[in-house]
Amino acid sequence: MVAYGKGLVQDGDFSRVVRKKSGQPIERCYQCQKCAAGCLLSEYFDYAPNQIVRMIQLGLRDRVLQSNTIWLCSGCQTCGARCPNGVDIAAVMDVLKEMAIAAGINGGAPGGVSSFHQMFVDDIRRRGRINEALLLARYSLKTHRIWADLGAGWALFKKGKLPLFSSRVRRRQDLHRLFLELDRQQWGELA
Amino acid sequence: MRLSYYPGCSLEATGKEYDQSSRAVCTALGIHLAEIDDWNCCGATSAHSINSTLALALPARNLLIAERAGFDVVTPCAACYNRLKRAEHALRHGQDPDRLVGSAFGDFQGKITVLSLLEVVVKRVGFDEIAAHVRRPLNGLKVVSYYGCLLVRPPEITGFDSAENPVLLDQLMTELGAEVKSWSCKTDCCGASSALASPQVAAGMAGRLLEMAAEAGADALVTACPLCQTNLELHRPPGTPRIPSFYFTELLGLAFGLPGVSLWLRRHLVNPFPLLQELTLAY
Ligand code: SF4
Ligand code: SF4
Repeated sequence: MVAYGKGLVQDGDFSRVVRKKSGQPIERCYQCQKCAAGCLLSEYFDYAPNQIVRMIQLGLRDRVLQSNTIWLCSGCQTCGARCPNGVDIAAVMDVLKEMAIAAGINGGAPGGVSSFHQMFVDDIRRRGRINEALLLARYSLKTHRIWADLGAGWALFKKGKLPLFSSRVRRRQDLHRLFLELDRQQWGELA
Repeated sequence: MRLSYYPGCSLEATGKEYDQSSRAVCTALGIHLAEIDDWNCCGATSAHSINSTLALALPARNLLIAERAGFDVVTPCAACYNRLKRAEHALRHGQDPDRLVGSAFGDFQGKITVLSLLEVVVKRVGFDEIAAHVRRPLNGLKVVSYYGCLLVRPPEITGFDSAENPVLLDQLMTELGAEVKSWSCKTDCCGASSALASPQVAAGMAGRLLEMAAEAGADALVTACPLCQTNLELHRPPGTPRIPSFYFTELLGLAFGLPGVSLWLRRHLVNPFPLLQELTLAY
């Protein structure tokens, strides 16, 4: 760990860990910026995809994990399909999100983007399938946007697109086994 | 033709008309669909955003159930297709989740494969057969085909059409008698993944696509993804062109003259009837 002025901290291990977890050859990036040129979301990002890759190479862990890029990236894969060096940036972004959650950094949006993903996965754990109406309602409540989201929800509801009752998985013991196994392996990884 | 059918959660809610039109079109084409018994959610964007193993294990359970039934899996939803296809790829190549999935549900033998419904229609049914079913050609309907991200990327996993300039949907629409306009946004992202957390981003992305479609001279978009369809119609920013987005299965149904088409279309948030009435395509 090396600290520079203005709070810039270099974590020598960061790039190795991201490379290993994502399986992506981050070291090969030569900053051609083809990824950034084709990224439609980059106008909303604080750092363009090529900048994220360079910051990983430099070990700028905190800047990367705190950037809104990792949460706004839609995983559209345009960059990965075009990168001349075969860097699948979307896969890298997924790993960065996992690391940000583990570090307690929760996306820039109100209530956090990761809390939406967590609610979604909790729904799967409980029911095996998603009930879009309930998920929308719970997320809006949590983010205190119930009035703003009500319009969209109502528009869908009127069209019969948000049924309140929906089907579930019957053999929920399958999902229990899966999540248990997952937890067990993750504990194994940490231990 | 018999196939295992994976509807996915969206097709039971926001994409209900995609489910209805998919089933109706398959019946008309002699495709027998048997829903995968006790299927679970594919995990969508959320699972892969927080846990890569879970993102492969969830769809893998569906594949193992389908393999026992013995038929290839078809799904209309582009997002589910992408997740199921990735799981198939990972299981075939003995990647990470193998151990997890194996210990939770048993081993994948690789006897079945995952297909998108678009792929089944154009590759397994074929254009000749489609043309033979057209009763009411979509004359005068100007469309742009909109694939979005998930049907064509990553190309080494999806691979049934070009990742940069896919053409099968264009050809299919031409077979139905529609006039296909060319544009450069076929595989651009619609921003749906931001719809809840950052709605202004989703609206910006949807608005851009609608402007571009209008500029290309299209009256409608054709899509194969319930997330794109909903985002394009629900998050359309004020002032952008009021262009409807059709599921490709709805246009197949319309051209085949199937009953029930108007029930599907009535669920749309952007009313497509004025356009269809003007072209005397509504019935
Ligand atoms: S396209 Fe690939 S090599 Fe070029 S800047 Fe982006 S990540 Fe680096
Ligand atoms: S995957 Fe993410 S970084 Fe890459 S082009 Fe799409 S939105 Fe941009």
